[in-house]
Amino acid sequence: MERNHLPRHLVLQRQSLFDQGLLDEQFIQLEELQDDANPNFVEEVVTSYYQNTSTLIVIIEQALGTSPLDFNKLDGYMYQLKGSSSSFGAKKVKADCTLFREYCKAGNVEGCMRTFQQLKKEYASLKRKLEAYFQLARQARVTGTASRPK
Amino acid sequence: MSFSAPSMENGFSSPRNESFPAGLRVLVVDDDPTWLKILEKMLKKCSYEVTTCGLAREALKLLRERKDGYDIVISDVNMPDMDGFKLLEHVGLEMDLPVLMMSVDGETSRVMKGVQHGACDYLLKPIRMKELRNIWQHVFRKKIHEIRDIESHDSYDGIQISRNGSELSDDGHMFCGEDLAYVKKRKDFENKHDDIGDHSSTKKHRVVWSVDLHQKFVKAVNQIGFDKVGPKKILDLMNVPWLTRENVASHLQKYRLYLSRLQKENDLKASLGGIKLSDLPSKDPAGSFGLQSSINGNQNDVPNGRYQFSGDNFFAQDVDSKNHEGDLKRVVSETKRTLTADLPDPQDMRTQMSFDHSFGSLDSEVNFAAIPAPYSWSKAPENQFKEEHKPLLQLEDGFSQLPPSGIHNHIQIDDPLQSASSITSGLSMTGREICGPEKIKPLYPQYSSNHMSILSPKESAFDSFPVQSKSQMVKHQSFEPISTAISSMKPQGFNLSCITDFESCQRNLISATDSTFEPFNEDLTVCWLEGDCHSMNFGLPNVEFTDYIDPGFIAEFPIYLCDTLTSDTECPFDPPEYSIVDQGLFLS
Repeated sequence: MERNHLPRHLVLQRQSLFDQGLLDEQFIQLEELQDDANPNFVEEVVTSYYQNTSTLIVIIEQALGTSPLDFNKLDGYMYQLKGSSSSFGAKKVKADCTLFREYCKAGNVEGCMRTFQQLKKEYASLKRKLEAYFQLARQARVTGTASRPK
Repeated sequence: MSFSAPSMENGFSSPRNESFPAGLRVLVVDDDPTWLKILEKMLKKCSYEVTTCGLAREALKLLRERKDGYDIVISDVNMPDMDGFKLLEHVGLEMDLPVLMMSVDGETSRVMKGVQHGACDYLLKPIRMKELRNIWQHVFRKKIHEIRDIESHDSYDGIQISRNGSELSDDGHMFCGEDLAYVKKRKDFENKHDDIGDHSSTKKHRVVWSVDLHQKFVKAVNQIGFDKVGPKKILDLMNVPWLTRENVASHLQKYRLYLSRLQKENDLKASLGGIKLSDLPSKDPAGSFGLQSSINGNQNDVPNGRYQFSGDNFFAQDVDSKNHEGDLKRVVSETKRTLTADLPDPQDMRTQMSFDHSFGSLDSEVNFAAIPAPYSWSKAPENQFKEEHKPLLQLEDGFSQLPPSGIHNHIQIDDPLQSASSITSGLSMTGREICGPEKIKPLYPQYSSNHMSILSPKESAFDSFPVQSKSQMVKHQSFEPISTAISSMKPQGFNLSCITDFESCQRNLISATDSTFEPFNEDLTVCWLEGDCHSMNFGLPNVEFTDYIDPGFIAEFPIYLCDTLTSDTECPFDPPEYSIVDQGLFLS
């Protein structure tokens, strides 16, 4: 999808995702991978991410409910989540993962709990915004196609 | 060398027709499906041929199934079924492919670990396209080196070809059919590189380190003296015409890593409690540590016969006494059978494998248990144990659990892992204090092959020298040098104590006698005698180890041996194979 052909509102929306610090350069890398063969590549990646990590979030939540906390395990889960989040540039979520791991290393229960709540919020918020963005992008492509001279 | 020649380029990547590096066959291993998807797309954009895999075990399976099917492997360090570093080692040893590691964690220590385990590069996630574009350089580099090596060596006529599958043959120099083809064609290299293009030959003369070959290698290393070892010297001693200095150099490096890894692992592992051979499924009556019997004997007996494997049926019963080669072989085959039969699950297989390997060619080859990663010095017969690697790895862990001391007789072979370890321990190093040491370095099944891994009770100082040529240890200090050289065999009294490496034992023994022991390879039944070292079955007559419990033992050992040995000019053993002496076996 060529950005310069995107409708202005889409361009702005996309830009704000970056400006808010929700996404980083990796997202652009993925966008560059999109081509005719995979026009929705980025969306597919993000969808796959949410599918795979939703379970992980639940697992972490459960682990946080046990007492005493198994920091090693939690660190392991976060390592995974961080890795996944880095795949498409989920900047804030990734930062929360890093913070969480720091708290794990320090054995700070409260820090972990707090950070996790924050992480969940970021995770959900990003999901919403990206879904909205992708929907608009798809519509724009459809519209663009339709208006192309045959 | 017309490496850059067009034909060469084409041939470079096997079935590809495009010019290199297009068509590079990449295997990507990552448990994160999101990353797999992205990497696949990125690599395809680089015009590479991509195969993705979510599990390390699966990846190994794919690699083994198609020995020359891939040019490079990229793997995440954190895999759920196997440590990425272990996978890395396996791939390096078995397939000799360049491996790149990936991680979201860029800590220096992790990166260092990756490099130590043989990674060609360590990529940090998130990975950019441009990083992937250049991965072909690792493949290219390897090929160049190999070609250079080949060119500097002339003959390959004597090479035995083993067609595909790279099965381990008793002969030891196994080349995949392809490799052979490559070698054969080398002459024409300059003229027509088409061959290189062969899917098989492209592989660049990839040497398969069969048990036999490895045994030669170990022997050479022992003869030279671990601390003085160098690829050229080893190569000369090995006297394998088609082998190149580069091959040896890279193998030596891996061997060192392997040993150090073993040692480290041993260190980490809890001390082995008591290894019980309870599991020996085997049929062999001896299952129980035949070693014991053999050990007590006094060496003469030992030698050939004793293979004691604790754990999975190994055991060499026959061993006891006077086994001589014949016996040894018999034992071995028994063991093999036993192993095979009894090991139902992969882990077992693994153990088997390792043992099997060793036995397979016991005759005179050192088979390294195909444990690729941890132990792998031998090329496990791929066809047999595909999945073994994984279990092998476990073995390592298991080893650590082997109770060093108790070894005597109890090697817990409850699970393959343990067995493996037992075996390792079994390798009782001559005189090492098998006992006591808390940790027995997992000898790894390798022993099966020929090496006696020296279990170091204390710590795995010895990562198990895969049986390397007995001659390695020729010097009694060999233990020491080996450990230090290799990975840590600590000279100090061998923490190794558990070095089960027979070879080491042998070596030591040999060394004691001034490396006059040729035949050593085989059988150093290293018996770990706890506390009371019965004569080590090294086959050395009059070698008696009494009281080896303390770590210092090892240190003393060599001397001891020396003393003893000096009086003996001949090494009584003559077993072509390394018997795996189960530590526990000895003690008993």
